[in-house]
Amino acid sequence: MKQSIFSIISNEKIAKDVFKMILSGDTSDITASGQFVNIKIEGLYLRRPISVCDYDSKTLTLIYKVVGNGTEQMSKMKCGNLDILTGLGNGYNLDCGNNVLVIGGGVGVPPMFNLAKKLKAMNKKVVAILGFNSSDDVFYEKDFSEICDSVYITTVDGSYGKKGFVTDALKDLSYDYFYTCGPEPMLKAIYDATSTSGQFSFEERMGCGFGACMGCSCKTKYGNKRICKDGPVLVKEEIIW
Amino acid sequence: MVDLSVTLSGLKLDNPIIPASGTFGYGYEFAEIYDINILGSFSFKGTTKDPRFGNPTPRIAECVSGMINSVGLQNPGVHAVINEELPKLKKCFNKKVIANVGGFSVDEYVYTCELLDCEEQVGLIEVNISCPNVHGGGMSFGTNASDAQKVTEAVKKVTNKPVYIKLSPNVTDITEIAKACEAGGADGISLINTLLGMRINLNTKKPVIANKMGGFSGNAIFPVAVRMVYQVYEAVSIPIIGMGGVSSSEDVLEMMLAGATGVQVGAANLINPCICKDIIEDLPRVMEKYNINKLSDIIGGAH
Ligand SMILES: Cc1cc2nc3c(=O)[nH]c(=O)nc-3n(C[C@H](O)[C@H](O)[C@H](O)COP(=O)(O)OP(=O)(O)OC[C@H]3O[C@@H](n4cnc5c(N)ncnc54)[C@H](O)[C@@H]3O)c2cc1C
Ligand SMILES: Cc1cc2nc3c(=O)[nH]c(=O)nc-3n(C[C@H](O)[C@H](O)[C@H](O)COP(=O)(O)O)c2cc1C
Ligand code: FES
Repeated sequence: MKQSIFSIISNEKIAKDVFKMILSGDTSDITASGQFVNIKIEGLYLRRPISVCDYDSKTLTLIYKVVGNGTEQMSKMKCGNLDILTGLGNGYNLDCGNNVLVIGGGVGVPPMFNLAKKLKAMNKKVVAILGFNSSDDVFYEKDFSEICDSVYITTVDGSYGKKGFVTDALKDLSYDYFYTCGPEPMLKAIYDATSTSGQFSFEERMGCGFGACMGCSCKTKYGNKRICKDGPVLVKEEIIW
Repeated sequence: MVDLSVTLSGLKLDNPIIPASGTFGYGYEFAEIYDINILGSFSFKGTTKDPRFGNPTPRIAECVSGMINSVGLQNPGVHAVINEELPKLKKCFNKKVIANVGGFSVDEYVYTCELLDCEEQVGLIEVNISCPNVHGGGMSFGTNASDAQKVTEAVKKVTNKPVYIKLSPNVTDITEIAKACEAGGADGISLINTLLGMRINLNTKKPVIANKMGGFSGNAIFPVAVRMVYQVYEAVSIPIIGMGGVSSSEDVLEMMLAGATGVQVGAANLINPCICKDIIEDLPRVMEKYNINKLSDIIGGAH
């Protein structure tokens, strides 16, 4: 974990209520795809956890949806500095499978991006399934297309891509491993619809985001875990719904 | 050179700053970002006889200038704390720690304290009596003076380490409970624990926290904490560890003027993990500003 000040390079709307913020700062503590950062927002007590969408040695990309006060404030920032804790969470373990699916739902799509990049760099076959509610919500299709072997988009209302849920796209594909992040009902549906092993990223209300408060605990078959520190990524075999 | 040292029942601390129980884990996460040996001491996560998972999630709700938690004393149990956590802790913290103990019956408190009494690194035992008394109708030990006295007496019998009783603020008269603890032989008083609070989500129209209510802490409760420390200082003659909403070196001075010898920092650690380091480094500056050479001179100065 590291606490440091990042400066906002850009912050633009990329879909309905969804923004992409690029920041520059010390990213040295970000060590794995699927980790998250915890952002201090002026006037609000708790930090806001947001997944790392992408990063390099100097920049950090976040994609977030406006759902309340904190994300609303973030969406209005054009420039300036943010106090951010980086290097939080375990992240995905990449050493699994050679023909893998990355499955993101809504704001669970962002962490799949850096993951897909890294998996491709390991010469794996990577297929992305990105699920949204409606055509207005779709983002990053092109970015994923540039790195993945193929990309399937699903929308619940059928206004873009395949109509239905990510699990409807998953049915017809062959794969030997998968990675996913999204709302819990989607994660459960994927758990039930897949026959291979895989890794799931979970959300929980957080006090600290770095393992100190026990605010985010869950039970797993491998014992009690803190979503922020021992997660957010859990392997399929340990999950208790 | 200003003097930051204070003494709690014979335990000399380099400075009064002590991270509060439940907000600092066993210190490891913080040791990653600063040398936690600069702390006066720290109070580790509330330890019970048996392992506890705690309450269902969500356990956290945000408030204006504070937060509510309903962690529910999640901990691995006193045996695992002694066999696994304390040996690890020794590697990143070479000072005495404060063992925070919870329980649901007098026997449980006694069991846990008796085992912790044998641990060399434990400098002081802080008994959290905000837990519900399962044999006493579920009311918290900390809301009933005679229960508070009973726990104190029982624990004092099984340990030679200084025993500080940590009081719940959710009472009509905090001085009555503090006096009962003193009468029971307590070496000191810690206060305040969290205030019972609640938030409701406007979208779902239901409580934010799964357990509905939880403990409110953070900056917002500072004035309540200062008031209670002030009142308890007048009521008892044993030392006080003050806490509740402390987040700056000015707050530390205020708490000490109210009557605290040691000062704990809780929820603020979760927001700014370097807060205790920042406060310790800033204390000499504010002491100079307010013409204080020796920090211990100001204890109870407001009375
Ligand atoms: C590990 C992790 C990674 C995340 N990654 C992303 C991401 O990449 N993009 C994105 O848009 N969102 C992400 N989220 C969800 C994001 O944290 C919340 O949407 C955000 O905190 C809402 O803040 P707010 O002030 O706008 O909402 P409010 O509802 O006003 O927030 C009130 C409180 O509830 C908490 N909260 C609200 N919703 C959530 C939630 N879903 N999960 C956890 N805490 C919540 C807030 O942090 C705050 O403490 C992630 C959450 C977690 C736990
Ligand atoms: C997440 C969290 C967990 C806590 N766990 C404990 C605990 O296990 N035992 C205890 O005595 N107090 C516990 N407390 C209370 C704090 O130690 C402290 O008394 C209280 O939060 C007031 O201080 P603050 O406003 O600085 O946080 C906890 C507080 C928080 C926020
Ligand atoms: S949020 Fe504090 S331990 Fe996970």
